[in-house]
Amino acid sequence: MTTATDIAEAQLKMPLRRDPSVGHRLLHRTLKPLVGTPVNAVVTLACLWIIWLAAKGAYGWLVTRAVTEGGAQACKVGQGACWPFYEAKLRFMIFGVYPYEEHWRVLLAMALFLGSMAITMIPRFWSRKLLVLWGVTIVASAVLIGGGVFGLSYVPTTQWSGLPLSFLLSAVGLALGFPLGVLLALARSSKLPAIRVIAIVFIEVIRGVPLISILFMASVMLPLFMPSGITVDKLLRAQIAIIIFAAAYIAEAVRGGLQAIPRGQHEAASAMGLHYWQSMRLIVLPQALKIAIPPLVNISIGFFQDTTLVTIIGLLDFLSTVRTAMTDPNWVGIAVLEGYVFAAAVFLLFSYGMGAYSRFLERRMRLGHD
Amino acid sequence: MRAESLSGTRLLYNLRFRAILYQVLAVGSIVLLGLYLFSNVSQKLEEQNIATGFAFLGREAGFVISQTLIDYKPTDTYGRAILAGIVNTIWVSAWSVVLATIIGLFVGIARLSRNPLLSLLAFLYVEALRNVPLLLYLFLWYALIVTGLPGVREAWEILPHVFLSNSGLTVPALTWTGAHSIVLVALALGGALALAVHRRATAERIRTGRDKTTWPLVALALLLPPVVAILVVQPELTISIPEKGRFRLTGGAQLRPEFTALLVGLALSASAGIAEIVRSGILSVRKGQWEAARALGLKDGLTMRLVVLPQALRVIIPPLTSSYLSLFKNSSLAIAIGYPDLVMVSNTTMNQTGQAIEGIAIFMLVYLGLSIAISLFMNWYNSRVALKER
Repeated sequence: MTTATDIAEAQLKMPLRRDPSVGHRLLHRTLKPLVGTPVNAVVTLACLWIIWLAAKGAYGWLVTRAVTEGGAQACKVGQGACWPFYEAKLRFMIFGVYPYEEHWRVLLAMALFLGSMAITMIPRFWSRKLLVLWGVTIVASAVLIGGGVFGLSYVPTTQWSGLPLSFLLSAVGLALGFPLGVLLALARSSKLPAIRVIAIVFIEVIRGVPLISILFMASVMLPLFMPSGITVDKLLRAQIAIIIFAAAYIAEAVRGGLQAIPRGQHEAASAMGLHYWQSMRLIVLPQALKIAIPPLVNISIGFFQDTTLVTIIGLLDFLSTVRTAMTDPNWVGIAVLEGYVFAAAVFLLFSYGMGAYSRFLERRMRLGHD
Repeated sequence: MRAESLSGTRLLYNLRFRAILYQVLAVGSIVLLGLYLFSNVSQKLEEQNIATGFAFLGREAGFVISQTLIDYKPTDTYGRAILAGIVNTIWVSAWSVVLATIIGLFVGIARLSRNPLLSLLAFLYVEALRNVPLLLYLFLWYALIVTGLPGVREAWEILPHVFLSNSGLTVPALTWTGAHSIVLVALALGGALALAVHRRATAERIRTGRDKTTWPLVALALLLPPVVAILVVQPELTISIPEKGRFRLTGGAQLRPEFTALLVGLALSASAGIAEIVRSGILSVRKGQWEAARALGLKDGLTMRLVVLPQALRVIIPPLTSSYLSLFKNSSLAIAIGYPDLVMVSNTTMNQTGQAIEGIAIFMLVYLGLSIAISLFMNWYNSRVALKER
């Protein structure tokens, strides 16, 4: 007869299966996906080879082969990154043709802008006070950059250039495109057929043509549409085009949010005696906009990149000043890669940061904080 | 309706009246704005002595287009020049779409790989392309081709008879004749025929429940028309092979630097987006679907083709459509590096004739028309793969 003690004894006599140590398990878990099967091992080797080549190339270009001293001539001979180019041209690449002594004003405006941006990105600060903050930031930046008051010298818009111009075009484009986009989204989901048709035609036409064609339209056709004697600033024309373009895309993102709101919310608002604008402002839009935030952030990233297109109609945005620096008679043909790598790094920094922020928002929303 | 509801204030509170009033106001203000702008434009055009209308399309263009698919010479009309631009736009977009889809598919799958190194590489690829403006990449690729590559005399032979130099990529090419076109048409016919035969066979199998071997019939349908066509028209197989001469490359077909840079730039930037779309599409199919298919005895390939892919496509197609559309619209950046697409040709036309409104109207309408055509086609395809709720 088997008893509990028999079983226990038998178990004691059984050879002990060694529990693999933590280190061993970890090793196993790391190695299995890397070299688990022959195919996988080959893939791993190929990946390592690619990473090695890229790292070696980048390190060689940036460090070992880099030219750190001398002028354009040294860079012409050298094979690596040309640091003297950055030394000589960094300020021009960032600030463009803005008067050299006044660079601090633009720098201050940019700091204000980025500071406001950082505050806006923290969900704890989401309130109506943000509108005040942005109002102050925009007015202060405009005064700082444009000048003409408080003893600041006047700087015409033709000298606004470089990275600040790229920020300005995308920020104002999004800020003014947003209310227009919300109105368009509301119009598109309106019950009144004529208003709906107008919104649909506007949105679909703008989304159906490339941004460059709208920029062309603004730069070439807009002057023809103005009454004689009135001229519109070139920068303003490009800005109008960007606002219109942004509005159409924002409208579609907001419409997505509006569609996600159940009809019961509209009906409940009506039952409370709210009229259309009240129910939209107090009930529907706050919920819809919250849903639309991640796509809106993605649109913003796209717009920051799309402002580079103003180069084509002759505005001096960041990409354009970098290219101008590269074609400086002293440096022409020497620092091609240097210029583009710098511009790419700046765009990568801001876009990737915004993208990471958008993913953070989406995760937060999925977890149901709000 | 009671009489009192017609009095002034009551009328304002009548919902139907207000609806009509708002719409009349909206349409009216747009019409007024249009009239105002129109009067401004006609006054300006008169002052500046600019002609209106599309008569210029029939006049001689007089400018050179560096690369065209259809025959064009400077003595041709503006209309012909713009047509050449349209064909160029479609040509570069179509090749970019094909390339972007293939690369995107592979990168998207690589991103899901269990091998952490492979998925890391795919991640870096996607982020590097998505976070830097396309225009910057176009300038970069173009600069690398023109300044980074050796001159024609020192062209790199990257593959046998494939030369890379600062004047582009030179590849062997078939000398194309009318006979080749006939064979190509026959091949398309064969494809359509094979598809029809395959459909009939599938319908038959579903009806009778018996699995018969049908692939020889399908293959026959595919190959018969081109084989017959080859025997009838007997196309010559002359392949023009590029050779390195003393000063230049002779023979072969040349992909110009502008075209190559645009093709690479468009394809790479779109492939990053497509990779993300493919990834989320495959992720959207639950694990249970794989397991259920395996429990039914389907092999991996069949599971992918019959169970996973049809469900993933449902998620993939709508965003893929907008990604194709934006690639097509982004091809307008060609003007920045000098590839003569529709926008660049229209721009030259506008500068020569001074008729900006007509020039812009033409390319906007063409883009709009083609965008609508692409989205209609993709919507049709989407409705075929979409979930059919019964």
